[in-house]
Amino acid sequence: MNALSNDPPVVRTTCPYCGVGCGVLASPDGQGGAMISGDPDHPSNFGRLCSKGSALDETLGLDKRLLYPMVRQPNGKMARTDWSTALDKVSDGLRTIIAREGPDAVAFYLSGQLLTEDYYIANKLMKGFIGTANVDTNSRLCMSSSVAGHKRAFGADTVPGVYADLDQADLIVLVGSNAAWCHPVLFQRIMANKRERGAKLVVIDPRRTMTAQEADLFLPIAPGMDSVLFAGLLAYLADTHTIDFGYIAAHTVDFEAALERCRSLAPDIAQISKTTGIDAADIIRFYELFAGTPNAVTCYSQGVNQSAQGTDKVNAIINCHLATGRIGKAGMGPFSLTGQPNAMGGREVGGLANQLAAHMGFSPLDVDRVRRFWNAPRMAEREGHKAVQMFDAINRGEIKALWVMATNPAVSLPNAGLVRDALRKLELLIVSENVLVNDTVMTGAHILLPAAAWGEKSGTVTNSERRISRQRAFLPLPGEAKPDWWIIAQAAKRLGYGKAFNYETAADIFREHAALSAYENDGSRDFDIGAYADIDSADFDTMTPFQWPRAAGRAPGETRFFASGDFFTADGKARFVAPETPALHFAADAEFSFTLNTGRVRDQWHTMTRTGLSPRLASHLPEPFVEVHPDDAREHHLVDHGFARVTTRYGSCVLKVHVTDNQRRGSLFAPIHWHGTNASSACIGELVNPATDPLSGQPESKATPASIQRVDYRFAGFVLSRRDLTLPEGTWWVKAAADGGEGILLASNEGIRFWEEWMHSITSDATVSSDFLDEPRGIYRAAIFKDGKLDFCLFVGPASQRPEWNAAKAVLAAGTLEEQQRRALLSGQSADGMADHGPIVCACFGVGLKLIRNAIATGEATDVASVGKALRAGTNCGSCQPELKRIIAHEQHERAAHAV
Amino acid sequence: MSEPLVIIGNGMAAAKLVEKLSARALGRYAVAVIGEEPQLAYNRVLLSSVLANDVAQGDVELKPKRWWRDRGVTVLYGHAATSVDRGIRRVKLASGATIPYSKLVFATGSRPIVLPIPGRDLAGVMTFRDLRDVEMLKQAGAKACNAVVIGGGLLGLEAAYGLAKAGAKVTVIHLMDRLMERQLDAEAAAMLKAQVEAKGIEVLLSAETAQFVGDRHVTRVDLKDGRSIPADIVVMAAGIAPNVALARTAGVSINRGIVVDAQMQTDISGIYAIGECAEYNGRCVGLVEPAYEQASVLADNLSGADAAYVGSIPATNLKVTGVNVFSAGDFLGAPGTEQIYLRDRGLGVYKKLVIANDKLVGAVLFGDTADGLWYLDLIRSGVSTDRFRNELAFGRALAERSNNLDMAA
Repeated sequence: MNALSNDPPVVRTTCPYCGVGCGVLASPDGQGGAMISGDPDHPSNFGRLCSKGSALDETLGLDKRLLYPMVRQPNGKMARTDWSTALDKVSDGLRTIIAREGPDAVAFYLSGQLLTEDYYIANKLMKGFIGTANVDTNSRLCMSSSVAGHKRAFGADTVPGVYADLDQADLIVLVGSNAAWCHPVLFQRIMANKRERGAKLVVIDPRRTMTAQEADLFLPIAPGMDSVLFAGLLAYLADTHTIDFGYIAAHTVDFEAALERCRSLAPDIAQISKTTGIDAADIIRFYELFAGTPNAVTCYSQGVNQSAQGTDKVNAIINCHLATGRIGKAGMGPFSLTGQPNAMGGREVGGLANQLAAHMGFSPLDVDRVRRFWNAPRMAEREGHKAVQMFDAINRGEIKALWVMATNPAVSLPNAGLVRDALRKLELLIVSENVLVNDTVMTGAHILLPAAAWGEKSGTVTNSERRISRQRAFLPLPGEAKPDWWIIAQAAKRLGYGKAFNYETAADIFREHAALSAYENDGSRDFDIGAYADIDSADFDTMTPFQWPRAAGRAPGETRFFASGDFFTADGKARFVAPETPALHFAADAEFSFTLNTGRVRDQWHTMTRTGLSPRLASHLPEPFVEVHPDDAREHHLVDHGFARVTTRYGSCVLKVHVTDNQRRGSLFAPIHWHGTNASSACIGELVNPATDPLSGQPESKATPASIQRVDYRFAGFVLSRRDLTLPEGTWWVKAAADGGEGILLASNEGIRFWEEWMHSITSDATVSSDFLDEPRGIYRAAIFKDGKLDFCLFVGPASQRPEWNAAKAVLAAGTLEEQQRRALLSGQSADGMADHGPIVCACFGVGLKLIRNAIATGEATDVASVGKALRAGTNCGSCQPELKRIIAHEQHERAAHAV
Repeated sequence: MSEPLVIIGNGMAAAKLVEKLSARALGRYAVAVIGEEPQLAYNRVLLSSVLANDVAQGDVELKPKRWWRDRGVTVLYGHAATSVDRGIRRVKLASGATIPYSKLVFATGSRPIVLPIPGRDLAGVMTFRDLRDVEMLKQAGAKACNAVVIGGGLLGLEAAYGLAKAGAKVTVIHLMDRLMERQLDAEAAAMLKAQVEAKGIEVLLSAETAQFVGDRHVTRVDLKDGRSIPADIVVMAAGIAPNVALARTAGVSINRGIVVDAQMQTDISGIYAIGECAEYNGRCVGLVEPAYEQASVLADNLSGADAAYVGSIPATNLKVTGVNVFSAGDFLGAPGTEQIYLRDRGLGVYKKLVIANDKLVGAVLFGDTADGLWYLDLIRSGVSTDRFRNELAFGRALAERSNNLDMAA
């Protein structure tokens, strides 16, 4: 499948972005690119793709890719090496540290972008062979509160429902989910239900997001107070006798205790309104709607999970579904929407430090079972460090070696500044990556291992509804890049575990993973895909998406859990959980009087490693920004589209200000996508507090006390360039993909003289091809052309009139330029549709060559006199008449030649 | 009976006057044109093209013989007028003949200034003004000789270009620190210098001639800084002076040129002057455009209409050695004005616009003069450029499109 051919087949694969898990059709063009479309046969998306998925074709280039192993030299520089040397260094480094300090001195930090097979053997190597559970993943930041909540309530990390429930529900409640931007294809499914079946949509969010704007009822909740709202709902359901006494009695325990706690948390509507900040009438409307609509699905995402009480929030929601028996039936149930393409796959293989494998934990029975299955010499017997604690342990010097795969913790973890400091302390930092440079690599990685990227790697992923789909390669492996599983297996062999890591294909690993899921299971564990334990490689290649569980011998089909109990607790009963009194871990105070909320924008994903390559996606919201309520903006003298410094106890960023009443008062919102490689001062991870949920270890990324101050720049502008370049110190900048090169938006206090000098300093041959200077108005624009193409341009002007860059971007994208395009470039406006009369021939009347040629071609002019009659050319001073004669002779000669 | 109108001078201004007059009042005047040069009026602007062999000598004639005949004009070419007797209203010719006039127009043009430099009478030291000069220069140039042009103004550069094309090795000696300083600012002048040098012409700036040296025929030019340049011919192109000698015999008021009012009339009723010999408002102009305007104004007045010449914004819009150059108004930018620059070194384009109180007051264009006339209109009309200042340097089409304006003047 990796081979290039003249007529390549269309390859079915799965989108690498969010947890919806959309099927994608890729038609490789044979030149490293591919046409991308939605797979109409994939049950997650039925052919639809969101903006990010649709732009995958723009992200396939090899620019900025890490294409061969690199090792840090004694002189501090990275140098290319071969795989054998690099892997020897990996295994020697790990072995030395393990021998000296024990297995807990090493750790893996994995990613929801890994395929299940990669995840599986990384976990196997650490927990079964190296002997530590210091394996955690960026999924910790994404859905670990859901995992913990599921386990508390159900006894297992089980998502009870399926996507079809969203089509069949009459009420859909979205809690802490901007699905319109973050899970767009599912959101479209919800909207279709709303349109076609009249389903009601309730959105609970501190911000009036795009999702909220589509809601029948929007409840703008105070940050962190979700469990009070749902505690109140449970009490309301009890008070109105909407609860399902039969289900509660037969399949659950602890209802009374939970209800009692909920009543104390939410004694009456007035109190709930006071705590949550939601209008009392709206609360009642919501409760009535929920009580009166049996077919109700409650979806929750990062707004619930990324919280110091995320697990309680999850359980507060699940409580309401258990109490009404609305679970595991068509069109009803609690539903966790995961953020990553394979967070669920990671959960299945035990990618988290508090899981073992195949949905087993660290009970002695589970540890023993896995030990026997793996024939493992050194099983980890207790949980390892969860992400935030793992980096604390690194910072304390307890962990000496870290292997990071497919993620960028220096950007994405809370208190990212401390994470960077910690990374710098490592004796051995191994990074498996797609890209040559990112913030984690920049902290001083010792070994870089080129990993296969989406489109090149092959294996499986699991989406939010437990559906396992294939990711398939449709491009050859570039350079010396290798699949992650291969890299890990090679390291394992060098560590002496060759027999247990003797895999030849991803299918080998998948079979083992499937076999483990069925091993001594017999229905005791939710995750069972034993039906695939013996799948042959050909069937693996053509495997169609399926939902688990798929125990051996069980027929395929859509599966829900818990309609009739059968929970995975020891007694088979679900647990009601009494939520604690909610409070933000760090409350706003006099110095940091705002609460900083974080999230995403529509067209970017995570740290933009992939989406950042797409010019199309870069055009939506190219700049890192902070949203502020108009009243707060006024009080702090902030202006829309100005700048502000957002400061927390952990760090500060300078961001564009968006003033909007979609934002609640006292709250700030900033998207998480930018970092040190693509912006001067916009790594939001550096601002986020490191407090975590006590059960899930998930950080409270959406509530950090913060302050905001206006920042002014006198000048603003942009750069478009075909090459990488560094802007002068002190400049505010952000990079954005542009066709043909790179775009940088900038702001600065330096005036045009400074920029003129800088322009000359970056031009090796000291020739700026063209420039435009209106010094009294503070405008400077300059360009360098090479080989007839725009190579570089800089536009700087007063901050109040920032130059528009679309026309210049079109010039960069155009390649070889028409002279008129070149002449118009520095105007910042398109030359399209401009009359081009060509070089002036008659100076007196400004008559251009093209006009004259045209008059001759139409027969309107045949000699100097008739040219003069038609165009006035040559009728004043007459000095152009000889040239006119030549032009006429030339044109007539040409026409005669053509006529022949 | 037609009124006898005598035009002294058979150049471009005279031809334009006849053209306009015959279009407006054919038959009202019996026109006689007296010209010293032995041919019909020709396009003096093309002299350098003739020198460079870009244009045949015969192709420079402004109008054919028939054109003059059809308009009933008596053309006396090869006849020098020697004096005017205004008492008897007659012009005396060198031949002794006299021509009566009712109205008299001086269109005598100008002549090259011959600098008082020692050795100026040596053979081979000449000027560049008419077809006879061109003929001599061509002969000299064809011998691939060393030629020195004194003067780096428009005329000097044209002569240098023509000589170089004709095969001479040319050096231009210019007193000022930049070429064409009356039309170009330093940057445009530097670009022009590079262009000129690219054609194989050497340019010496801030160079003052001390003497021409030679035995009968010039052999070298000595500069005051001690340098010597071998020279087989020397062309003096250090400026022009209005031809006023004949007008003096008529007793009209003369300053630098023949002083005229807005109707192009001298202080004596019925006697007029147009073109390079005329001085309006204290200014003589050496360009064809104002001469044509003056001819047109005079034709209107002579045909009974009221017309007034309001003076011209000094504007130059021409090709120098094959490069389009435009200059108008306060192109240097007086203190208190604002300047906008647009350059494209790769395309050899330079634009400088001078703005005062939001109005365009001057411009220099080098390489791309497509919008020269638009700028001239803006300077003349004095409209505020505030609304389209950001597009101003990029030309009329762009400014009109992005401001949704029709700025046709």
